[in-house]
Parts: sequence; C-alpha cells; structure tokens
Amino acid sequence: MKAFANQNARSVEEAVTLAQQSLQGGQSVSFVGGGTDLLQLMKDRVVNRPGSELPDVLVNLKTVGGLDQVTPSAQGGATIGGMITLDALSQNALVRDRFRVLAEAAESVASPQIRKAGTLAGNVCQRPWCWYFRNGFQCYKAGGSVCYSVRGENQLHAIFGGGPSYIVNPSDVAPALVALDASFRVVGPEGERTLSAADFFVLPRQDAEHENVLADDEVLASVELPAPGSGMRSAFHKEMDREAWTHALASAAVVLDMDGGVVRSARIVLGGVAPIPWRVPEAEALLAGNRVTPELARAVGAAAVAGARAMSKNAYKIPLARSVVERTVLTLATSA
Amino acid sequence: MSAATEIVRLTVNGDRQEVGVPTHFTLLETLRYALGLTGSKQGCDKGDCGACTVILDGEPTLSCITPVWEAEGRTVTTVEGLASREAPHPLQDAFDLNGAAQCGFCTPGILCSAAALLERTGDPTREQIKEALAGNLCRCTGYTKIYDAVEAAAAAMQNGASVGGASG
Repeated sequence: MKAFANQNARSVEEAVTLAQQSLQGGQSVSFVGGGTDLLQLMKDRVVNRPGSELPDVLVNLKTVGGLDQVTPSAQGGATIGGMITLDALSQNALVRDRFRVLAEAAESVASPQIRKAGTLAGNVCQRPWCWYFRNGFQCYKAGGSVCYSVRGENQLHAIFGGGPSYIVNPSDVAPALVALDASFRVVGPEGERTLSAADFFVLPRQDAEHENVLADDEVLASVELPAPGSGMRSAFHKEMDREAWTHALASAAVVLDMDGGVVRSARIVLGGVAPIPWRVPEAEALLAGNRVTPELARAVGAAAVAGARAMSKNAYKIPLARSVVERTVLTLATSA
Repeated sequence: MSAATEIVRLTVNGDRQEVGVPTHFTLLETLRYALGLTGSKQGCDKGDCGACTVILDGEPTLSCITPVWEAEGRTVTTVEGLASREAPHPLQDAFDLNGAAQCGFCTPGILCSAAALLERTGDPTREQIKEALAGNLCRCTGYTKIYDAVEAAAAAMQNGASVGGASG
C-alpha cells in the first residue's frame, strides 16, 4: 500500500480544517472511518476521489468524540452519529424498536468483521463495487468517459436510472435511510448543511463521477431520523447470490404507516438495482388507503418494477426485485 | 512521500509491545513483519477472505484492513495466543479431532472468529456458529467439519476443558 500519514481529528470541524490544510498544501486527502472500503481502494490503487491521487493523508474520524452515538430526540426521532459501527447500529435497542428497517439493513451488511469496523457514514458513502471500476478500468467513476458494463459483463448492474454509468449503489443502509425520510447533516468549510437522504445521492446523468453531493472537504457527520408515527412498522429484505457476505442483487426497504389493518402511507426504496437508492412512488401509491392482500402485494411488486429496463445480462433482477417487494410488503403488513 | 514511522503500544498475546512501524502499516503487517507473528495470514489482503482475523479487545477483526493506529493501547490475540503452554485451546483440539483443517490457510482466522464467539456465547447454536464464521472463507472443507468442531469445542468447554492461552 502507498505510504500515507494519519491525522486524528477530535471534532468534525477539526477534520474539515485538517483536510483543507492538506489540500492547500498540495496533498491529496481522504476521510477515514472504519476504513474497510478505503483501505481496499488504496491497496488496489483505485482513487477514492475522481481526478485525485491516492491519498497522502488520511483524516481519522473515529477519534471524534460522540460521533458513534444514537441520541433520541424529544419528539421521538433520533440522531445517529456517522461513526457508529454497523454492528452497534444493528444492535441498538432504540433503533431496533423504532427504526427496524435500519437495524435489519445494518445487520445484513457484509460479514461480522466488516460490521464491527465499518460505519454508518462509510457504508452510505462507499464507492461502487462494479468490477470494472474496482479493477482499474478508466470508466466514468474513475474520471473516464465510458461504462464498460454496457457492452460487457453487466450481471450486477442497474435496471433503473442508469446512464451514462450503470453502477448500482451498493449500500444496504442507504435505502433504509431514504425509506425512513432521514436527513443528513453534512459539515464542510462553509459550515454545515442539512439535506434529505433522497437529495444526498446523485444519478450518473447529474454527475457521472460521484455518487453523492459531498465535496472533497465535506463530511457526512450524522443522520437524523424523524419520529415514527404510532402505526409505523418497517422491514428490510436483501437477496444475494449466496447466503452471506455479499452485496444485494436486489433489496427492499419498506416503511408502512398502518391504521389497524389499513395502510395510511408507504415508502418503498430498492437497493442494488440503481445508481442511487431507488424509490418507487407508483408502488407506494397503490398501498395508500388499502388493506394488504396477497393480490395487492403482487400488484405493488409489479408496479415497483414497471419502469425497469434490463441490460443484456441482468434481466433476472426484474422478477427478483418484484418478488422482494411483494414478499416484504405482504409479510410486514400481515405480521402481528 | 517518504514513509513516516510511529511508535505503537499494544498488548499482543499477553505481552506488552512497543513497536516502531511505518504509519501506513496495517495491524496485520505489524504482527507479521514487525513482531514475527506469521500465524495470521495475508490472504486477499483486502478484507474479503477473513484469513487475517485476529481478536482485538474481544472482537474478531480483519487485521489486514485495520490501520495499525487503531490498535494503539489495545489488546490483540492472534492464533499464536490461543493455546496455553500446557495444552492447545479446546478449539484447536476439536479442529484436529474433527478433521476441520485441510490446507490450513483459513484456519488461524477461523479459530480466532470461533474463539471470540465462544467467549461471548458458551453454547452457540449452529446458526450462531455459521453467522460468526460468515466472514471467513474456506475453499477446502465445505465448512461442515468446521461447524462440527466448533460445536465439539463448545461442549468440551462447557464440560470444563480449560482455555489457558492469552484469550482465556
């Protein structure tokens, strides 16, 4: 691995300052949390920031005090620090109780070792796992001007929202956060800004190189979850090509606001099928005001994939995503 | 850029160590190349295969993607630290008796993941064992004999087999 220096940040603001100082000094810099993605990128000599060099300096966010906590808000929501590990997030009692979809998503990530090191913010901001990008091809994600999957091996690529790059967002927790209508607190040199989870991610047609709006010197510091309604229930389901330790071929994060047996409103977000967490409003609309039957769940699944477009080798993802939605909605709505 | 070095203090298999290593070293590189503990394997070296798994403050940890600074002041147990002077760890005994190691490359990491599990859960279910070992790849055994061995070790420890190494 290329040599680099480590700088421990004691606050998010200090982290931003340290990053700026390195950038102004002509050094390339990356923020690091658990490092499970970043160190792999560095070992493979894949740059984390398009147009940049492999980092000379890593600014360590895990030394920022309190950034690994879940803090309940007075209204019943919660603020979750970006440096909480996925393992701690999945086991947190408040998260399991009120925001189950997020706990289930966190516990479905990768392997036990990765979950004990990897963080919430790191999982949200991980780079794509497209085999072309990870193997040094000069694709859009590496600052080039071609997506090799289009004429190549696209078994794991996008069926929604693709073009010009067809990567999929690999995060399991990201669809859960969008489904929960989370807000992201981003800290940068100009101060902080808060934006909705849905506005954080960007499609390749908006910005082919980046997966989100973060600038090089900005940090995803924490996530805010609004208070759940009294009838809220939620679940995450992930389909993989083996039983453990891989990314989603297709996943669904489903949040239902129920009044007895009737769905007041629904949010359904797919993972592993699009360059961003992919919300399916047409499918959500079918649920509003209705009691969930097997027939309705089937229609919701069909509506969820109505806009999908298969590439040459990933048509299997369409029925897969349809059934993931159908089953997750039916199981969640009809469970006691 | 020349490689800066730093002094890292950590406890490895019960011994306090103070070691000067390049800042960009991983914990695995520190164990293998600065401390000579080559039991932990450098397999994929990217956190995929689990062969580098060590126990860091009780938790199974991928030492190949753990920057060495993360281990400052902490306690590491590697496969070399599982046995006592007198006897192998019950897991090592059970792996032997059950034929749970073939080529052996994954074995140090699997032993560490399993030892961390048995520290937390004395009588794990098959599902808990599978989950605990989900991040450790074995291409020889098909896992069945590994699961059998972990169950056998758990039973032996419940029946009083002693764990005398640094993890005990």
